[in-house]
Amino acid sequence: MEKILDIYKSTSVEDVTVWYEAAKVSDFPKDGGACVKYKEKQIAVFNFERKNEWYACQNVCPHKMEMVLSRGMIGDQNGIPKVACPLHKKTFSLENGENLNGDIAPIATYPVKIEGDIVYIGFSE
Amino acid sequence: MKKVIVIGNGMVGYKFCEKFVASEKFNDFELTVFGEEPRRAYDRVHLSEFYDGKTAEDLSMSSATWYTENNIDLHISEMITEIDRENKTVANHRGVKYSYDYLILATGSSAFVPPIPGVEKEGVFVYRTIEDLEATEAYAKKLKAAGKTEAAVLGGGLLGLEAANAVKNLGLNAHVVEFAPRLMPRQLDKGASDMLQAKIEDLGLKVHLSKQTQHIQGDKAIEGLQYVDNTELKVDMLVVSAGIRPRDEVARECGLEVGTRGGIVVNQQMQTSDSSIYAIGECALLNQMIYGLVAPGYDMAEVAVQQIIGEEAAMAESIDMSTQLKLIGTEVASFGDALNEAKEEIDEITYVNKRSGIYKKINVTKDGKKLLGGILIGDSSDYNSLFQIYINGMKLPEDPEDLILGSRGGEGGGLLGDVMDLPDDAQICSCESVTKGQICGAIESGEANDLGDVVSCTKAGTGCGGCKPMVKDLVDATLKSLGREVKDSVCEHFDLNRQELYDLIQVKGYKTFNEVLDNHGNGGHGCELCKPVVASLMATIHADTANVEYAIQDSNDRFLANIQRNGTYSVVPRIPGGEITPQKLIALGEIAKKYDLYTKVTGGVRIDLFGATLNQLPLIWKDLIEEGFESGHAYGKSLRTVKTCVGSTWCRYGMDESVSFGIELENRYRGMRSPHKIKGGVSGCIRECAEARGKDFGLIAVDGGWNLYVGGNGGATPRHAELLAEQIDNETVIKYLDRYLMFYMRTAKPLQRTAAWQERLEGGMEYLKQVIIEDSLGICEDLEREMSTLVNKFECEWTQAINDPEMMKRFSHFVNSDDDDDNLVFVPLREQKMPKHWK
Repeated sequence: MEKILDIYKSTSVEDVTVWYEAAKVSDFPKDGGACVKYKEKQIAVFNFERKNEWYACQNVCPHKMEMVLSRGMIGDQNGIPKVACPLHKKTFSLENGENLNGDIAPIATYPVKIEGDIVYIGFSE
Repeated sequence: MKKVIVIGNGMVGYKFCEKFVASEKFNDFELTVFGEEPRRAYDRVHLSEFYDGKTAEDLSMSSATWYTENNIDLHISEMITEIDRENKTVANHRGVKYSYDYLILATGSSAFVPPIPGVEKEGVFVYRTIEDLEATEAYAKKLKAAGKTEAAVLGGGLLGLEAANAVKNLGLNAHVVEFAPRLMPRQLDKGASDMLQAKIEDLGLKVHLSKQTQHIQGDKAIEGLQYVDNTELKVDMLVVSAGIRPRDEVARECGLEVGTRGGIVVNQQMQTSDSSIYAIGECALLNQMIYGLVAPGYDMAEVAVQQIIGEEAAMAESIDMSTQLKLIGTEVASFGDALNEAKEEIDEITYVNKRSGIYKKINVTKDGKKLLGGILIGDSSDYNSLFQIYINGMKLPEDPEDLILGSRGGEGGGLLGDVMDLPDDAQICSCESVTKGQICGAIESGEANDLGDVVSCTKAGTGCGGCKPMVKDLVDATLKSLGREVKDSVCEHFDLNRQELYDLIQVKGYKTFNEVLDNHGNGGHGCELCKPVVASLMATIHADTANVEYAIQDSNDRFLANIQRNGTYSVVPRIPGGEITPQKLIALGEIAKKYDLYTKVTGGVRIDLFGATLNQLPLIWKDLIEEGFESGHAYGKSLRTVKTCVGSTWCRYGMDESVSFGIELENRYRGMRSPHKIKGGVSGCIRECAEARGKDFGLIAVDGGWNLYVGGNGGATPRHAELLAEQIDNETVIKYLDRYLMFYMRTAKPLQRTAAWQERLEGGMEYLKQVIIEDSLGICEDLEREMSTLVNKFECEWTQAINDPEMMKRFSHFVNSDDDDDNLVFVPLREQKMPKHWK
């Protein structure tokens, strides 16, 4: 099972070697998320339309290893943007991946950039 | 580990266990309990409610699993017949022995049957256990079938009146026969008894005072009572409730000291003449007295627990016998020295109002400085305050009559003034011995934040409930003194609760979450708590489906399906009332086969199809809709099913068409979003095959219409629904249900089921009846109109979704690929499939 997690590593903007063209802005729900397929990875991408910010993270929830985070509800907690897993409502910071309501392992996060109406996700490989 | 054995599983025996479990040292002991009755301890105080439809389980003091959960070895239907004090063992009726280090006798009492010739005749009963009630009920049925209707209760004391109420509830004419010249002679004076008599005679009961029965008439079965004054009373049944006798047989036989008139002698520590044996409750003779009330019994249990765990504890010097209760619909309270048994020089102040049926009396010292006791009939709302003034020796107003007449002229205000003026050791809840200090302390220490917390951590108000208003006042006053506002806001993004949000959205006409958040939020961006609340309110107020603003819906509503363990979904089409044609049943099977879905019949009489991927959902629904199905809303906090039995359409016992009415109701309320899920049930007769009383609303067909029950629940905290209205027709059922459901949807907290909502409704069932049936708030017209909007605007959201390409976009696992999730692994299970287990 750990193998699934092994392929997801938090990536910062400085580490980005590939900006992957994922989809159009309009393909994503406003103030919600969708899942992007990149090679063997599943990446959850969230459009915080209210504050004009985008976030991306692994789609797999480290709690039960299911590919569901993109279907979770987003929001913020004391200003930290977060996603709540639809299975058991575990919440994770979309800034640093930390589990906000428990002590589950953090999730990997990825940078997002918007150019024109295209959404790009940054990977280091 | 030391062994503790309790003989007797009645209210006091149970309370001993409860207090023992709560003590810090419980884990150092091994506790075994024996009860001779065939069921766990139940609430004998409310025994007459057994005839109002409460079951033995409803009356039970604990859940079925409570004893095992707390490592207590409970033996029911097992009578202990022998105590061997030398070897410290007890033996049951079959001779099996158990050893003990400490033994608790909580054997209680049995009904006292005076030695009147003829008491052995058929039709003479006692009133003590559920078995007694069942036997009485069976006999009453036989009598009624034979056209006989008269039943007497021997004894006009507290228990006798309860028994008379029970007899009346059985549909018989009840006669109360009392030897003394007044009712409840130990608690009431003549004036109070007269008032009580007038009130219960208004309800059709007959009272016969100063009557001594010489013998019971009849050959085999009872036919009447012959009094010593040569008069007689023709009755077909007799319930003897003339007092209690302590159960001291087993104690007597093993040589423990007992009183001349029965009862196991104990000291102030509740120890018997053998220091490792304690006696508590109605079997114990303390200060040469048997205390036949629950509160002192509970105090005794507490003292015994403290003694066993090595703490110092003793019974109070004088034991308070004050009572407050509702007898046959009449409030009755008596406290302190109500009958001036001390024979002191006192002043009696009495208020009698025959028109409204109120009698109040207080005894005060000659100097007017102290309250000694009193009686309240017809209105005991001041009992708590008067009792506190009495028990704490508080100063009386300048004119002591203000205590029962209220202050005339000038400022009003409560009798007590400020509850916070009470001393810290003032006992607020006498059933559970909770002091003011404990209640306020629970909040000050941060252990409790509101009334609910205080009740669960101190147990205040969980006995008779009479102290609840005062507990609430104390909680509110303490919170206020700490500068804490009592607030139940939905989350950090709003300082508003659900009902306030409801009102704002309705009045301002907001249509989107962002409008609400921008105008009334705290500057954040919402979260998984407030978004679904607003989504649900939009659905209730504007009849919006979950498609309108899908990103604020809870995950299941967003994808109109129930997410399962591996992130796939289950699909539940509506099968109203559980009625389905063979053609549709085949169609469901075909569709399940086509998409390789695991199928199972749900607890709510419909069929669930599991294992659908996000991409498959619209395809499956397209097929289902073509076959004439619509969404079953199994994913929503909304109406789920109305479960029905087959009713008079087929069943030979059916009183009405439960299926037809169930279908009508399910179709009426389908799709209706509410604070939590709602389930209904309709049964065609009182056999209740649809389990309607376990639902949020339930109907049972009876002679002359439907009985409507509300607020039932299965789940983690099972609760039977309560009767809202009796023998009403279909139209009235719908009217009341529209109002009830809408009132719930307007005022409940997020994710609060009707059961919890109803339980916390101030004023309880009576208040609910006033609002729903009598329209006391004047809102029924609005409630009905709002509901009819929801009913008329219903739209199947799956039909809506599959016909709109924009809405369909969300049913795809990837935004940039048509692939399915390749992470899914299924394993075979009994010719079907299931997700691979989490490791």
